[in-house]
Amino acid sequence: MGAPFDLNDDSVVVIVGSGAGGGTLGTELALKGIKVVILEAGQRHNMEDFINNEWDSFAQLAWKDMRTTSGSWRVHKNFPNLPAWIVKAVGGSSIHWAGASLRFQEHEFRTRSTYGDLQGANLLDWPVTLAEMEPWYVKAEDKMGVTRTNGIPGLPGNNNFKVFEAGAKKVGYTEVSTGHMAINSQPRHDRGSCQQIGFCFQGCKSGAKWSTLIAEIPVGEDTGNLEVRSECMVLQIEHDASGKVTGVVYADKDGNHQRQKARIVAVAGNSIESPRLLLNSASSMFPDGLANSSGQVGRNYMRHMTGSVYGIFEKPVHMYRGTTMAGVVRDEARFDTKRGFVGGYEMETLSLGLPFMAAFLDPGAWGRSFSTAMDGYANMAGMWLVGEDMPQETNRITLNTDVKDQYGLPVANVHFDDHPNDIAMRNYAYRQGAAMYEAVGATRTMPTPPYPSTHNLGSNRMSEKPRDGVVNKHGQTHDISNLFVSDGSQFTTGGAENPTLTIVALAIRQAEFIAGEMSKKTI
Amino acid sequence: MTTLIDRRSPPRQSPGGPSRRSLLAGIGAAGALMIAGGAIINPREAWGLEVTNLKPETMRTLIVMARDIYPHDRLADQFYAVAMKPYETGSTDPALKQLVEGGVAALDTIAQGEHGVPYAQVGWEDQRVAILHKMEHTAFFEKVRSGLVVGLYNQEEVWPIFGYEGSSADKGGYINRGFNDLAWL
Ligand SMILES: Cc1cc2nc3c(=O)[nH]c(=O)nc-3n(C[C@H](O)[C@H](O)[C@H](O)COP(=O)(O)OP(=O)(O)OC[C@H]3O[C@@H](n4cnc5c(N)ncnc54)[C@H](O)[C@@H]3O)c2cc1C
Ligand code: SF4
Repeated sequence: MGAPFDLNDDSVVVIVGSGAGGGTLGTELALKGIKVVILEAGQRHNMEDFINNEWDSFAQLAWKDMRTTSGSWRVHKNFPNLPAWIVKAVGGSSIHWAGASLRFQEHEFRTRSTYGDLQGANLLDWPVTLAEMEPWYVKAEDKMGVTRTNGIPGLPGNNNFKVFEAGAKKVGYTEVSTGHMAINSQPRHDRGSCQQIGFCFQGCKSGAKWSTLIAEIPVGEDTGNLEVRSECMVLQIEHDASGKVTGVVYADKDGNHQRQKARIVAVAGNSIESPRLLLNSASSMFPDGLANSSGQVGRNYMRHMTGSVYGIFEKPVHMYRGTTMAGVVRDEARFDTKRGFVGGYEMETLSLGLPFMAAFLDPGAWGRSFSTAMDGYANMAGMWLVGEDMPQETNRITLNTDVKDQYGLPVANVHFDDHPNDIAMRNYAYRQGAAMYEAVGATRTMPTPPYPSTHNLGSNRMSEKPRDGVVNKHGQTHDISNLFVSDGSQFTTGGAENPTLTIVALAIRQAEFIAGEMSKKTI
Repeated sequence: MTTLIDRRSPPRQSPGGPSRRSLLAGIGAAGALMIAGGAIINPREAWGLEVTNLKPETMRTLIVMARDIYPHDRLADQFYAVAMKPYETGSTDPALKQLVEGGVAALDTIAQGEHGVPYAQVGWEDQRVAILHKMEHTAFFEKVRSGLVVGLYNQEEVWPIFGYEGSSADKGGYINRGFNDLAWL
């Protein structure tokens, strides 16, 4: 276990949040001999305590502090105070995540150049390229034990995958497999192999699935350089007269305010809380919030074009048995405007248990159309559609000063409207998904609307030029050299792929950069 | 006294239980849901539910309404009753009680106007659903529906009826229990 560091120790790196970004960064820095304090708002659970019950697990893990929503997205109507389905606990949403780990494609780092000027879309090229990212992807895949990389075999296909694969082949798709999953298909790095439990979203009880909780943080703590303080909610980042950050103020588990000094602060609270914290840290020197000279903090919030298709068959599927998301079709991920939209999407197997299926199949629906679909549960197969959504300046995290959280701070409001490109892609993807299931005998298919966001991205975007975004290619804020952003909010654009592999690769790369700058004494 | 659902209580012809005659009087959507004193009794399924905060008739209507919202012909009334029980127990709160009693009264008013009987006695599901559509944007309807979507489908006892097996880690996952047993493709 990591040695506790003093509140007045101003040589530490303070990281806000212990999820995919923060947990990885903290561990990497600790391995390099750098002292780190991770402040995490949520509790620390053991993997044995995870619950194989969707609502009970939700109560255990989900971020439930107040948030508000606005905009034309359906989540605002059905789940007005639950814009995102993410975790508040040590390990962050890497506890919930399903493990799908795909690299971005080359053109997805250059969307402004590739897609051109699309009305209403605030497209921008990343300041990094795939070639630059490749070595970091290699490290991330090794660290996370991603199947079909590093000689690790793929996972076996479950029933849901069998239906998915057969349908995909029938409609002519060729790139179908059980995917690149950060789930052990064989024992590796002291963790066992997947037991096909089927509650990947509820926290893997076998330890086969990578998370920062079980696979990173303990490694960091073993160095003696990492301390994780759970149930510590960071309220504000402070700075000195020169504009450098000096530390953070947080509420500990008893609600007492503490001030942790720091040499460097890295924000990794996921794409809603990270911009909220920067905005809530406004001062007379930075009246619009920290690192916000561009006015881009909170803007360009992305959540991926998502949707699901469920199919009902004459015979049982039992889709919930086994790994939740070990199945992917990649044929539609390409860039091909002949389909009527820019960007691409992935199709991935997905299952929900009966309680969540009821809540999310068609939120708010009732009557026979809905209940007969539920009657088909045992014979259902499911897939998730996840594609690149367009960044828009008006899709935005702002402070809702009318609503305060338990600490008396304005809550985040999440405003979202689909871009016409998102809608065109979703409708196309619905048709393709339905066609796959119909090709193997589905008697009924159901296009299911997006759930509360699981992929939250972009609200502190990376940019070459300081006026276009919040952070540079290393996640260092343009305005404040010792303030970093280390989570998915850095994404300039979203790509079609599930984001976490890229978040982890960026965090490993950022650790290297921070260590280098510290030894050069530039920060 | 606490509200109680007792699935072991003696069925049908228990002394003092509902007579054949009152059973017949219960025909309509309310089916086997009898009202006896301060309780709803379902002799067919052998359970009783004491109703103290709401009017028993209100509780019965709620149970009928629950089935009309999420109709599953394979599910016994008992599951709908369990899902609706929080409205009875929660109606110690006057605001909830008013919302529920007022909502049910509104349903009955529409039903009386259109069919000459209270909601629970309107004969066809379609007719009752048409009434619900007139109410579906009210706070009352949304309260009942949103509570029901969790209260019904999150009952572990209904899961096997839908073919959902629930918790699996305690049984060793599905690695040896059919994660890939599909053979019909
Ligand atoms: C159900 C589900 C399935 C998913 N499946 C996949 C998948 O298959 N593949 C994939 O790539 N991605 C998946 N994701 C997405 C993935 O989980 C996220 O992209 C990733 O975890 C985001 O990392 P992060 O570091 O940005 O934030 P998180 O991992 O969410 O971590 C943020 C942490 O910061 C803490 N925090 C926030 N504010 C504060 C504060 N002020 N003070 C202290 N702590 C704070 C939070 O409590 C949280 O623990 C899934 C997500 C969900 C919910
Ligand atoms: S299916 Fe595999 S990865 Fe998912 S929870 Fe079970 S053991 Fe973990």
